Amino acid sequence: MATAVASHAHPPTSTGLDHRKIAIWAFIGSECMLFASLISTYLIYKGKSVVGPFPHEACDPPVCATHLNAILNIPVTSMSTFVLLMSSLAMVLALAAVENRGKPGYEGVLGNSKLWLAVTALLGTTFLGFQAFEFTSFVHEGLTIRTNLFGSSFFTLTGFHGAHVTAGVLWLLTLLAIDIKRGLEPKDALLVDISALYWHFVDVVWIAIFTLVYLIK
Amino acid sequence: MATAAVSPAYAHTGESSKSGIWSWLTTVDHKRIGALYLYTSLTWFLVGGLEAVIMRAQLQGPNGRVVSAEVFNQLFTMHGTTMIFLVVMPLSAAFFNFLIPLQIGARDVAFPRLNAFSYWVYLFGSLFMNSSWLIGSAPNGGWFGYVPLTTLPSSPGLNIDFWMLGLQILGVSSLAAAFNFITTIINMRAPGMNLMRMPMFTWMAFVVQFLLVLAFPVITIALVFLQFDRFFGTNFYTMTAGADPLLWQHLFWIFGHPEVYILILPAFGLVSEILPTFSRKPIFGYPVMVYSGILIAFLGFGVWAHHMFAVGMGPIADSVFSVTTMLIAIPTGVKIFNWIFTMWGGNLRFTTAMKFAITLVALFTIGGISGVMHASPPADLQQTDTYFIVAHFHYVLVAGSLMGLWGGIYYYFPKITGRLLSEKIGNWHFWITFIGVNLTFMPMHWSGLYGMPRRIYQYDHGQGWDTYNLMSSIGAYIQALAGIIFAYNIFRSRKSGEIAGNDPWGAPSLEWSIPSPPPEYNFAVIPTVTSRYPLWDVKSPELTAEVPHSKHGDERNDISVGGKHVGAFHDHMSAGTPEGGINPNAKQASTKVSIKTAEELGIPMPYPTIKPLFAALFMTLMFGSLLLIHKDQLHVAVALVISFGAAMTFTLYGWLTSPLEPHLH
Repeated sequence: MATAVASHAHPPTSTGLDHRKIAIWAFIGSECMLFASLISTYLIYKGKSVVGPFPHEACDPPVCATHLNAILNIPVTSMSTFVLLMSSLAMVLALAAVENRGKPGYEGVLGNSKLWLAVTALLGTTFLGFQAFEFTSFVHEGLTIRTNLFGSSFFTLTGFHGAHVTAGVLWLLTLLAIDIKRGLEPKDALLVDISALYWHFVDVVWIAIFTLVYLIK
Repeated sequence: MATAAVSPAYAHTGESSKSGIWSWLTTVDHKRIGALYLYTSLTWFLVGGLEAVIMRAQLQGPNGRVVSAEVFNQLFTMHGTTMIFLVVMPLSAAFFNFLIPLQIGARDVAFPRLNAFSYWVYLFGSLFMNSSWLIGSAPNGGWFGYVPLTTLPSSPGLNIDFWMLGLQILGVSSLAAAFNFITTIINMRAPGMNLMRMPMFTWMAFVVQFLLVLAFPVITIALVFLQFDRFFGTNFYTMTAGADPLLWQHLFWIFGHPEVYILILPAFGLVSEILPTFSRKPIFGYPVMVYSGILIAFLGFGVWAHHMFAVGMGPIADSVFSVTTMLIAIPTGVKIFNWIFTMWGGNLRFTTAMKFAITLVALFTIGGISGVMHASPPADLQQTDTYFIVAHFHYVLVAGSLMGLWGGIYYYFPKITGRLLSEKIGNWHFWITFIGVNLTFMPMHWSGLYGMPRRIYQYDHGQGWDTYNLMSSIGAYIQALAGIIFAYNIFRSRKSGEIAGNDPWGAPSLEWSIPSPPPEYNFAVIPTVTSRYPLWDVKSPELTAEVPHSKHGDERNDISVGGKHVGAFHDHMSAGTPEGGINPNAKQASTKVSIKTAEELGIPMPYPTIKPLFAALFMTLMFGSLLLIHKDQLHVAVALVISFGAAMTFTLYGWLTSPLEPHLH
């Protein structure tokens, strides 16, 4: 009787995967369409702004009040892109540390999940710092969200992305807090796995934004 | 062993605080959440119907003076928005919630608290949007809100703000539910239920969840652009800054067209449940019915610009979208034929549910015929923005979706409440609805082709439209009468309808194997499924002779759990007959039945919790605070958004760190 009871209390899942793993993929699917709409709008409005500043060209009177240089700073943004990419590496290491807790080879730095979670969050925050610096310098140079089509679509797109990075950083800090408080064991690996999927997704979206907004003229 | 009489109400299985308002506010049970969606959406149906009746009174004759132009604009905007987002979608959600776990043999959905959250967001969002009536500022830009009409310079009041914010809130509800049901259907099917053994309703529901996931983010962004333009002065829809006037239309209809398939596919799924039961035949061509549903969803993302044939996209775009639109008629037509072939040669029973289902098959076809006429851009240039289009979409939505949903209510009311709706009153409801719907919408084909534009609040005499409008208005009043009869049937049958038993209809799927209403844990033992029609396998095996079955010897009549044969599938819970049909012993059986509690069976049930309701409330208030920006109170708005956001985050934190259910071992 006891085995019959236990056998139907929690039936195994049809795929063998945890519900949350499937749900995060469905969520990422919706986020793909969200960013696709934002990016498409940016591309549709590319070159259509009536007044400057412009992303890749300088502008002069009468289009701009004074001479304004091209506003995007590719070298600096390449740095922040690199920082975000390295954060994905740190995320992979954090997940590996939690999944392989106690296994040979994972005693030292490689097995230090707190370190790698903290590094991921730190690199993410550094990326956000670069974004904040870029946004404020644009405003000083005369580009706000209201200035022209480029300003509206650029700040909305990168702002939504930055908001997603911020949410990710808060999620990582929560995992770090749990790790510090009671430790993350291999049975908790799913929690880190899901946050890693989200984090990598946010990184991939940035690759698309960096390519389409910054690199392609 | 506790003994509890079967009572035709939702409270069940003897645990404390299972009845009363608090139990409803804290419920995470998919069956109760389904009931909440059902009754809330039926209430909004009365509101949307009233809006329609007032419009029809205004248009009954030439030079009507019932309402002003401004009020008329609010009426048609809110009628459309209400019927689509507050009635048809939530009615479908009621069925998703109630049925999907039962049909796949599960105890609940994957995320019960998220499920409750979806409902409360719908309720609060619908109340928020309709609160605009109280200050005379109901949305007035049409349900599709075209720019530049809805930009701040052209619509300076709060009307459009209520509309944008309301839709954003409702979008969260739909998206959360979609993640929930996708996970549930993929991950919680009973052993033996592979995807091609799922009931048709669950298949159509599954397809709809993917449509929701992919379409709603697009309208979210369209609305974000409008919000940013209206609140923060961005330029997305500002033509003087070089903006494209068509950006809104493209984004809206990339969402909007999949949305209409979201509106019809659940009704198609219900018809595919009802017709086989009352034809005593399996659905004709089950695999093709599944594939055509998937194809409709897929193609549905490729036709959106057929709503824009009159804006000047050019011949290439017009041609491409014309072809894709005509193509999508093919999988839809296939379904119509398969439904006809299901009934052909069957043992037909014309219950009220069956009448509504057959009516969808016939009248949706009429809507599809006018639809395929719009698919030709030159023809559409005459038809667009006239009542010919109004006729089309009301045929597919009212004579289509709503017919399927009413049939679903007659079919599933006994399972939800334990009592049957009156067939006698249902007959009146059906025929008065049928007459009313056709009388309202058929004449619109003529008034439209004779040039009557949409969204006009008044027309002059002598244009050849008077008779058709009079007929439509009388039809609307007849539909109102039908609504009253329906409401009466529901109220009367809740109290004194005939007791249903497990399987009043002799149906084939799993939900009919458990008591009506089901115990809170649904299945005492998770069943093992042996074919697409598990109950017919046992009760009427001659009906399922030709469908694929499990291949472990002849197991059509036997059910195994954990490799052990436990006997034939029979409704032992209510001493019903193995052959199905209305349980002749139901009245006596109802007082003798003993249903075990979840505790006796060792099944952990999720804790009731108020947190989803509070999270939904704070989220709605957070969005609603943005209205203050247009009352020149930017700082107050920001402060409120931050406060409500913090309250919501705090509630979410409590939700995420508390366990779903007791840890029983």
